[in-house]
Amino acid sequence: MEMEEFAAGDSWVHKLDPRVKILITLIFSIVVALNNHVSMVAISLILPVSLIICARLDFRPLLVRLGIVNGFILFLWLFLPFTTPGEIIYTLGPLTVQREGIHQALLITVKSNSIVLMAIAMLGTSTIFTLVHALSHLYVPDKLVHLFFFCFRYIHVIREEYFRLSNAMKIRGFRPRTNMHTYRSYSYLVGMLLVRSFDRSARILQAMKCRGFRSRFYILHHYEMKSHDYAVALSSAAFSAFILVFI
Amino acid sequence: MIRLRNICFSYAGREILDNLDMDIEASDRIGLLGANGCGKTTLCHIIMGLLTPTSGIVEILGKPMVSESDFAQIRGKIGFMFQDSDDQLFCPTVIEDVAFGPLNLGQTPEEARKTVRRTLKTLRLDGFEDRITYKLSGGEKRLVSMATVLAMEPEFLILDEPTTGLDEKTTETLIDILKESDLGYMIISHDRQFVKKMADKLLQMKDGKVCPSDWNNMKM
Repeated sequence: MEMEEFAAGDSWVHKLDPRVKILITLIFSIVVALNNHVSMVAISLILPVSLIICARLDFRPLLVRLGIVNGFILFLWLFLPFTTPGEIIYTLGPLTVQREGIHQALLITVKSNSIVLMAIAMLGTSTIFTLVHALSHLYVPDKLVHLFFFCFRYIHVIREEYFRLSNAMKIRGFRPRTNMHTYRSYSYLVGMLLVRSFDRSARILQAMKCRGFRSRFYILHHYEMKSHDYAVALSSAAFSAFILVFI
Repeated sequence: MIRLRNICFSYAGREILDNLDMDIEASDRIGLLGANGCGKTTLCHIIMGLLTPTSGIVEILGKPMVSESDFAQIRGKIGFMFQDSDDQLFCPTVIEDVAFGPLNLGQTPEEARKTVRRTLKTLRLDGFEDRITYKLSGGEKRLVSMATVLAMEPEFLILDEPTTGLDEKTTETLIDILKESDLGYMIISHDRQFVKKMADKLLQMKDGKVCPSDWNNMKM
């Protein structure tokens, strides 16, 4: 999985001021999350979908991402229709399907997809570093910003270590099977991964200290709101307000 | 510039540095040799304040270094390049990584940008600004690491195994860069050819101590 696969691009969506992107996503997500009308939530999809089309994102990786989200939602569909009390519309042996449950499951599905699409269209089209900068411009406390940035950075580091270790296993003929040897080797892999990642993170911090790091990030790129930033901010806010009216 | 007195350091019950004394002048060009695991990297980390010695005094620019904040003040003056460039480079793009040090030292983004451009130019890395750091080749990573250190305009350099994994051409570039600058440095290396070319003064680390050496008694 590529980590910032949607961030490369030069559409106007990519070039939007990252502060605008964060704020729009936040407002939109709250408004959609609060809304309880399936039809209104479905209408809300218009905004993220049109932004994604404008950003000319690849559909295939997009579907993969949505697949992950909807994999979790699938579990809701396994339980909610049978467990939420309400009008019975179908009986399946000892199980009864209730209208309320279906409504709930549908609502959650559409909401999640709408919010995730919005996050992909807006946050996914910026690099993590840009977002980190934007967050500090928005006066988010430094500690939270650092936490966010280092989570990302170290996930990357751990991932690289993982590939290095698993390659080292492969070249010595390791093939996973259902036996003790496989389990033991995998537990070594995980243990080694933790220890090595910890060591590496300590070294990265040392290297940062050597370059004068004193728990503060300075910003190299400054942002300036341009007219199209204002336009997008206003129209998205108006759209969110429209959905809010029908809450 | 750097004075170490009676430095002891033990790790996991093993004495690594034993009453070590060392004096480094700002104009010194030192090659530090020694067997694997003899404590060369530990010594550097103690000079940079990344490790605290069990006992002994570290003095830099005439001031005794006691706390983390003492070291924080001098880290801009001594540039330290890590053995593994992947430890050194952590920003997504080259320009951000090289600008990290200058920004920490209080340069404005505009000044930092200029510093980055100038530094990349001296390292023959023009046009590397927007390259992604973790997609660089090994040699490029090493040179960019060098840039991140030089961008802070240090007065002295400590290079830990700078030529490991470099091809001849990149090693040559590194040699040219160091020869062109008038900076003093200490190089830790197993690459004898490289040390021979670069160092005026040879030190050897043995039994937790540093002693002067010359090429005649280095024939191991």
